[in-house]
Amino acid sequence: MKKFQLFASVAGLALAASLAPVLADTPADTLVIGQQIDDIITLDPAQVFEFSASEAIGNSYERIINYPPKDPTQLYGEVAESWTVSDDGKTITFKIRDGKKFASGNPLTAEDVVFSLQRAIILNQEPAFIINQFGISADNVKDTIKQTGPLEFTFTMDQSYAPTFVLNCLTSTVAAVVDKKVALEHEKDGDFGHEWLKTNYAGSGAYKITQWKANEVLILERNDNYAEPTPLKRVMYRHIKEISAQRMMLEKGDLDIARNLDATALDAISSNKDITIETGPKSAVYYLGLNQKNATLAKPEVREAMKYLIDYDAIEATLIKHRGKKLQYFLPQGMMGALDDAPYSLDVDKAKGLLEKAGLKDGFEVSMDTSNAPTTMNVAQAIQQTFDKGGVKLVIIPGDSKQTLTKYRARQHDIYIGRWGADYQDPQTNASTFAINVDNSDDATDKPLAWRNAWAVPDEMNKLTKASSLERDGAKRLEMYHQLQKGVNAEGPFIFLYQDIEAWASRAGVKGFIVGPSTESNNLKKVTK
Amino acid sequence: MSDSSSYTTAGMRWLAFRRLVTAIVKTAAVAVITLFGLTVFTFSIARYVPTDPVLAVVGDKASQATYDRVYKEMGLDKPMYVQFATYASRLATGDFGKSRFTQNQVFDDLKRVFPATFELATIGTLIGVLLGIPLGVLAAVRRGTWVDQLSRVIGLIGYSVPIFWLGLMGLLIFYAYLDWLPGPGRLDIAYQYTFESETGLVLFDAARTGQWDVFFDACRHILLPAALLGYFSMAYISRMTRSFMLNELSQEYITTARVKGLSEARIIWRHALRNAFVPLITVVALSYGSLLEGSVLTEMVFAWPGLGQYLTSSLMNTDMDAALGATLLVGIVFLFINLLSDVLYRVYDPRTR
Amino acid sequence: MSTPSASLPSPVSWREWLLTSEPQSRRQARLGRYYRGWLAFSRNPSAMFGLAIVLMLVLCAVFAPWIAPYDPERTLGLQTARLLPPSAQNWLGTDIQGFDVFSRLINGSRFTLMAIFIVAIITTPIGLLIGTFSGYYGGIVDAVFMRITDVFLAFPRLVLAMALVGARGPGLENAIFAISVTAWPAYARIARAETLTIRNNDYIAAIRLQGASSLRIIFGHIIPLCLSSVIVRVTLDMAGIIIVVAGLGFLGIGAQPPTPEWGTMVSAAKDQMRDYPWIITSAGLAICVVSLGFNLLGDGLRDVLDPKSARN
Repeated sequence: MKKFQLFASVAGLALAASLAPVLADTPADTLVIGQQIDDIITLDPAQVFEFSASEAIGNSYERIINYPPKDPTQLYGEVAESWTVSDDGKTITFKIRDGKKFASGNPLTAEDVVFSLQRAIILNQEPAFIINQFGISADNVKDTIKQTGPLEFTFTMDQSYAPTFVLNCLTSTVAAVVDKKVALEHEKDGDFGHEWLKTNYAGSGAYKITQWKANEVLILERNDNYAEPTPLKRVMYRHIKEISAQRMMLEKGDLDIARNLDATALDAISSNKDITIETGPKSAVYYLGLNQKNATLAKPEVREAMKYLIDYDAIEATLIKHRGKKLQYFLPQGMMGALDDAPYSLDVDKAKGLLEKAGLKDGFEVSMDTSNAPTTMNVAQAIQQTFDKGGVKLVIIPGDSKQTLTKYRARQHDIYIGRWGADYQDPQTNASTFAINVDNSDDATDKPLAWRNAWAVPDEMNKLTKASSLERDGAKRLEMYHQLQKGVNAEGPFIFLYQDIEAWASRAGVKGFIVGPSTESNNLKKVTK
Repeated sequence: MSDSSSYTTAGMRWLAFRRLVTAIVKTAAVAVITLFGLTVFTFSIARYVPTDPVLAVVGDKASQATYDRVYKEMGLDKPMYVQFATYASRLATGDFGKSRFTQNQVFDDLKRVFPATFELATIGTLIGVLLGIPLGVLAAVRRGTWVDQLSRVIGLIGYSVPIFWLGLMGLLIFYAYLDWLPGPGRLDIAYQYTFESETGLVLFDAARTGQWDVFFDACRHILLPAALLGYFSMAYISRMTRSFMLNELSQEYITTARVKGLSEARIIWRHALRNAFVPLITVVALSYGSLLEGSVLTEMVFAWPGLGQYLTSSLMNTDMDAALGATLLVGIVFLFINLLSDVLYRVYDPRTR
Repeated sequence: MSTPSASLPSPVSWREWLLTSEPQSRRQARLGRYYRGWLAFSRNPSAMFGLAIVLMLVLCAVFAPWIAPYDPERTLGLQTARLLPPSAQNWLGTDIQGFDVFSRLINGSRFTLMAIFIVAIITTPIGLLIGTFSGYYGGIVDAVFMRITDVFLAFPRLVLAMALVGARGPGLENAIFAISVTAWPAYARIARAETLTIRNNDYIAAIRLQGASSLRIIFGHIIPLCLSSVIVRVTLDMAGIIIVVAGLGFLGIGAQPPTPEWGTMVSAAKDQMRDYPWIITSAGLAICVVSLGFNLLGDGLRDVLDPKSARN
């Protein structure tokens, strides 16, 4: 009985203490971000392609080339000081800035840059294709990417690509510079330190990555070796899966920034004067892919009719408010060559007329593979409602995103609703997937989005897409992308819906973060609170 | 059991011991077979996922060459039985494989996440026991009165409320509206830096090292999720206590005690409850096991970095080794609890002794 | 029994006929037993309350299109009627798509009922058959079946269902399948335990001596005797089934939107619960009330059908 009394009093004490006032608030030198970080699978720049990890890499590693987050067309050298293109346009010689240091204290030289690019090619992980497209592969990388001096290296391609195209590719995380010495200290079986770097850090950026507990927390800390030390001592990403939890924690001051609030939550919180919402358009488009193996969807009238059966304006004003804006071409706003008119809007009569012309007066039934992410699901349901008005019965087949993607990649869908994010800030990234398909057979080696929708792209368009990556005259290049976008809209199997917008809801005192067009360009270097 | 009367006391003990040993050996053999079945079952589930496991690893944009390389690396080109044999032989050496998402050994991951769940389920069971047993006893003693009815309704409601919903409503009311309790997570941010939990049991470590502010903060955080789990466990425990007590109270020795003039309180708490204790152990063990299940959804709602969350996210990510490992661990714990209660029962129950 | 009316009493004495201590026919005895059961059941207010809830659920499901004021899957206007608070037009407000929440709740009863019904239809016979055969024959058959049930029972139900649905892909059908797979072992265990006690009864031995085949004994005598305890267990389990279906819906792998399944509704509404709490509250309450109904009903049934375990 005595034991019980003791226990009861301890429990009572704990309970009483539990109800005592909260000390709340986040530490002054730490920025606490609530975010779904369960997408992170690696922290090695040669492998990173996921949103949360890209952002961490962008803030903790330096890349060869970079751009100001608010204007991706103004390229500048981050690690590179200058570059010259050879007369034949195939070789670029980079000069590295002098006096740079890694967080480890090691000096940053051309040797590290060459090592970083070579290891990315040889490790051949997902992002390797960004460099592969210049004809650089594991077989020739020792000859094509070469150190020519302590602070100088050359980058040799198989063709004379447009310089902006090449430089844009070198802004991606695959061109992040890794500390060769540190990486090799942890090398295992000739893996260039890959296993170790998956969970560790060897960079020179404003922050160092000091801790990653999967599905729990990711921590960046100030890198004192960086030229302009960050005002904050650390940034902490807390994994908060639930949107409503992020929302409540932000309101209570348990978070400084909530990252995954949806349209409804943002709309509701926007009236709270302790909270500010910062948005930035992403270079990512949401679209429908119509499988051309489906005989109905292969009819041009049907494709066009469907474009008139979506209430773009209503969706923009409600389900994706703050989080997306109408976009009807394959290039997102902010990227060179983007078009800003909107040729399509909800027009049921017109759609019905087109369907009648296609011999489908009574409508038809078609399925759509939809990832069960809430926003995608909501947009899909809204489309279902308006399709119905034109007699198109849309059956939503939900699945988790990887499952729907598996089906899409195997060309087993009718319609697929998805997001396509640009891999670098050059229009070629989207043109090379929406507007090219050289081999439409099932066992093709290249499988761009046009292939996934079984669209045999006309020869002239294939050629135009290829040519636009080589065009060195900026104005001409721009014109080519305009032409490609209009061509895809006229003949292609895609319906473009909207451009992704990233929205950060933050406590009013938090200042200085910049939402860039890609996740790696989300900038936390100047944040104060 | 009358035939054992011819044995000497020592002989009887020996017999009882031998019986216990055979019982343990038998249950252990059953456990091994069950474990094997579990492995086969979870493995075949994981291999029939309609998601491309390679895609989950290399991402959508990887080149075909990268894809093919990883496909081979993962051993997916081999026939199913070879894959199973490889997996099972690795398991036998204690190697759960490596998680493709956390980049850690699954075993290390499990070691990291299990304490959080353990802590939550333990506190939940404690709450369930502390409230459930008195409630059940009361209901039995005052059988048929409003107390009994009330405990019945409380119990049945416990069976009827979806825990994820109650958790969300709890957060909404006590955190968002009333501000009485802290939000999701195990600790306030302020402590996540100053405090490093060695064993993963935050409450235990904080108390051990005398950091009482951390301890109380952890208490505040665990209160709501543990109370929810405790409610469910209380519902079960109180119902079972009631029926065990009813059984005991109808026994002769109670009547004898009453005739002897012992106080009612003494009869109930000292004698009846003591005898009902044996089957209750089993019940508590079982409810402990079922809290592991309840924690899957609770952890999701409360951003609790435990086994439940690990299991859900690895299942959703088709991280097969991790999902298999976590599922197996749940199965093993479940099995272990069942066996333990079985053995306890055999040891203590007068009828089986 | 060739002319049923001959043995039927006049309407005045229905009650006496049913309650007589000297039934004239087997049928009268059986009906009498049912009636006495019903009398006992109807004296239990909470059980009657449970029955009322379940009956209401059935009525809702049957008459959903007539009760629900709106189409549960058609928006009242994405821009005009979204997230409206409860009002005279929309009793429980509208949700993020502009669907009427009340209409969705009413229609959701169909999915809940369907899920329970299908699971019960699939699992009860399987559990009964496996349990009785296992118990009757013993030996190898018993050992194999019981090891299989061990494997299933060694898992928390939700985790097993999650794994199965994960493997087959999200959707209500798969959720139902997964739950069925996880539900039968418990019934098999109960049926086996009952069979073990019945098997050695004198009257079973007598029947066997008369030359009845094993199958005949199992189907004609053992299964009917096991039925009541299994039914009690199934009824009590229905609440559990509802909760697991909802749990899977909550995890996003059960029924999928726009299906108005309650768990899915809770899941879809949780992101908006801070500002629009009525959606999640009403969907959650619906789950609570209905599963409470089944629990009360099952509890009452147990008292009547299975007095042994109720007393114990």
